[in-house]
Amino acid sequence: MIFQALAFYLFALVAVGSAVMVISSRNPVHAVLFLILTFFNAAALFILMGAEFLGMILVIVYVGAVAVMFLFVVMMLDINFAELRQGFLRYLPIGAVVGLVLLAELLVVLGGWTFAPDASASVQSPAPGLEQVTNTRALGLLIYTHYLFLFQGAGIILLIAMIGAIVLTLRRREGARRQDIAAQVARRPADSVEVRKVPSGRGV
Amino acid sequence: MPTAEFPNLFPALPEIFLLVAAMALLMFGVFRKDDEAGPARVRCSRIVARLCILALLCALILVVTMNGSDRVTTFNGMFVVDRFAVYFKVLILISSALSILIAQDYLEVHRVARFEFPVLVVLASVGMMLMVSANDLMALYLGLEMQSLSLYIIASFQRDDQRSVEAGLKYFVLSALASGMLLYGSSLIYGFTGTTSFDAMAGALAAAPGEAVSLGALIGIVFILAGLAFKISAVPFHMWTPDVYEGAPTPVTAFFAVAPKLAAIALLLRVMMEPFGALTVQWQQVIVFISVASMALGAYAAIGQSNIKRLMAYSSIGHVGYALIGLAVGNEAGVRGVLIYMAIYLFMNIGAFTCILSMRRRGQMVVGINDLAGVSKSNPMLALALAIFMFSLAGIPPLAGFFGKLYIFLAAVQAGYFTLAIIGVLTSVVGAFYYIRIVKVMYFDEAEEVLDRRMDRPTALVMAATGILIAIFFIIPDPLLSQAQAAAQSLFGG
Amino acid sequence: MVGTDDPAPAARPSLWVAVACFNSRPPVGRKGIAVEAFLSDYVPIFIFLAIAIAVAAMAIVASYIVAPQNPDVDKVSAYECGFDAFEDARRQFDVRFYLVAILFIIFDLEVAFLFPWAISLGEIGMFGFWSMMVFLAILTIGFIYEWRKGALEWE
Repeated sequence: MIFQALAFYLFALVAVGSAVMVISSRNPVHAVLFLILTFFNAAALFILMGAEFLGMILVIVYVGAVAVMFLFVVMMLDINFAELRQGFLRYLPIGAVVGLVLLAELLVVLGGWTFAPDASASVQSPAPGLEQVTNTRALGLLIYTHYLFLFQGAGIILLIAMIGAIVLTLRRREGARRQDIAAQVARRPADSVEVRKVPSGRGV
Repeated sequence: MPTAEFPNLFPALPEIFLLVAAMALLMFGVFRKDDEAGPARVRCSRIVARLCILALLCALILVVTMNGSDRVTTFNGMFVVDRFAVYFKVLILISSALSILIAQDYLEVHRVARFEFPVLVVLASVGMMLMVSANDLMALYLGLEMQSLSLYIIASFQRDDQRSVEAGLKYFVLSALASGMLLYGSSLIYGFTGTTSFDAMAGALAAAPGEAVSLGALIGIVFILAGLAFKISAVPFHMWTPDVYEGAPTPVTAFFAVAPKLAAIALLLRVMMEPFGALTVQWQQVIVFISVASMALGAYAAIGQSNIKRLMAYSSIGHVGYALIGLAVGNEAGVRGVLIYMAIYLFMNIGAFTCILSMRRRGQMVVGINDLAGVSKSNPMLALALAIFMFSLAGIPPLAGFFGKLYIFLAAVQAGYFTLAIIGVLTSVVGAFYYIRIVKVMYFDEAEEVLDRRMDRPTALVMAATGILIAIFFIIPDPLLSQAQAAAQSLFGG
Repeated sequence: MVGTDDPAPAARPSLWVAVACFNSRPPVGRKGIAVEAFLSDYVPIFIFLAIAIAVAAMAIVASYIVAPQNPDVDKVSAYECGFDAFEDARRQFDVRFYLVAILFIIFDLEVAFLFPWAISLGEIGMFGFWSMMVFLAILTIGFIYEWRKGALEWE
């Protein structure tokens, strides 16, 4: 138990610390690397809770794909962080006020939290506890059958994303020579070699 | 684990059909010969556009004929079909078909005619239909994101035009923020009620007496309202509208102004009435505030505009304010008013945008209001049509726009919301100024350089059809009124 | 489920096996302490992480302690054949990388959906099987689309 608590505090501390470093780094690439560290720690926290699928997905998708794209964008745009941060002090008072209001709201909400009278009764498809099935298997038992609608909808959204990425960014380059493998493979000897009878002593 | 049974796919047949059609047309388009920006590509885009319109019409027939008057849920209660959903799906499909029809010429002139455009519009329509039929917070979010993703893409469709790309980017960033707020609110509501299904939520919230409703649930409702208010571009979440409407390609703006707004209003009505119906007193105040602010902003901010697309953006903000009066009233008559208003709004806006699409000078699009000077002499049909639409938008009888406002204000007055109705009338009068100014510019100003007379057939056809509909609505209002009545009744469990 | 082994310390899987991501053997056995049993499978990863951090930190700290640190303007500046640098080393980033990254994310998410399905396929039967097949068909259509459009070619 003590080990778990220790691990939780360690991961939570590093996560919060690196999150703060994300917004206060001077170098944008450093900021993205701290973001990756935050994701790793969040994944560890998920695993501590017993939701190992979520933790793994965080690493695979967020770190493996999203953070990589962040890095691409940061490297693509020559972001001058110093200029970007110039208005920071000007907007700080308003930002602080908005932040405080949201914090107060959060405290009010959490402090006075009550559940609806039949909340626990109306929980739909309660997931079996960790003693019976792991998180991944529990998810698998539900997503593809009970939540079929959402699953297929997610597939359609991925399709739209694919179409969108290609519509917006694909450009043919002028003058680039491309291979047409099918044409190359379908070439017949008759197309490339011509047999001519040459009388001896004379040229073609 | 209990084995899940196979869900009943019949209620979702129109959506499934449209999805299959969109994918089939995608495959059809991609397997044809493609030369970069050449005639083959344009021909392909024309064929796919026509087939997409055909698919939308088939889906329309399916929607209308397949569903009886009872409320059917499927997919474990996540998908619901009732008269209300059918009403809005019909409107959405009509607006999508009309948008594809009027877009083709513009896209060809600007050399961005690609077959993906109609396919994306069809996919956006599927998302909208899923939104309207959503009976669960997760299904709501899914439909919303499906529609929004397609819209981000077509907003930046003119990818070499900086303003189009900027419009798409702005829309995307702000929309993602709004979706984030919506999700946060959904999580608070889920925490309170323990469920995401609207039916179960309605039961849980009705069982909890007024004071026992946790502040957390109320804040959750407010966040959900904030996210949805963004989608309908209601004040104070309207900031994206003028810039995105101005920058996006004009037929895309036409599509933005009607279909997503219809779907989002339908969603808002269903979400506020069904699961949160028990908390009406609490959220009514928020809606009243949003409504008054939108009407006021729509009336005053548009006065100084010189770009007609921005003016239409502010006008749409104002119209959403009027429509929300019906929601603020919170009873069946109010909802009926909203339904009538949105149907009439659809045709008025599509018509106005067909007129805007015809504003060209030597082949180039012009979007200034002063460019309309003297159109009454050079193109009298265009001037007449635009005048009809402008008067209707201003709410002048006997055109259809007046009746939309009439039913809304009637519902407000009958429920005792006199102040709201008076504010509505006053802002209506102020707003009429800029609509009538356009008519004045057309008929009474002298032109230095006239607009092109040439108009392509589909656009002219749509302009004529919507103009006639708006003009003669007062003779035969019954079909629309009875459908709206039945739809409103079904939302209240009638 | 047939009674499985009690994951006592003596039977703790080796480091390499534990690194395999998905633990499909449910940690049943002792009642009520399932979370401990579950997490004990991850301790090897934690030890691995701790050793990796320790080694990396040692390498950096050792270089600070042992190596002489005398930075000088000329030593630290970028080398450009003896001249001062003419311009920034960055080039205009090609948007093709971005397209590849997006397509990667989409198929990555497809694979992420495949993981729980693979584990639970026994229980969800034909219904679950065909629902995944429809999902894969939708994404295959997207794949055919991008293949034909030439998004998979680099040039």
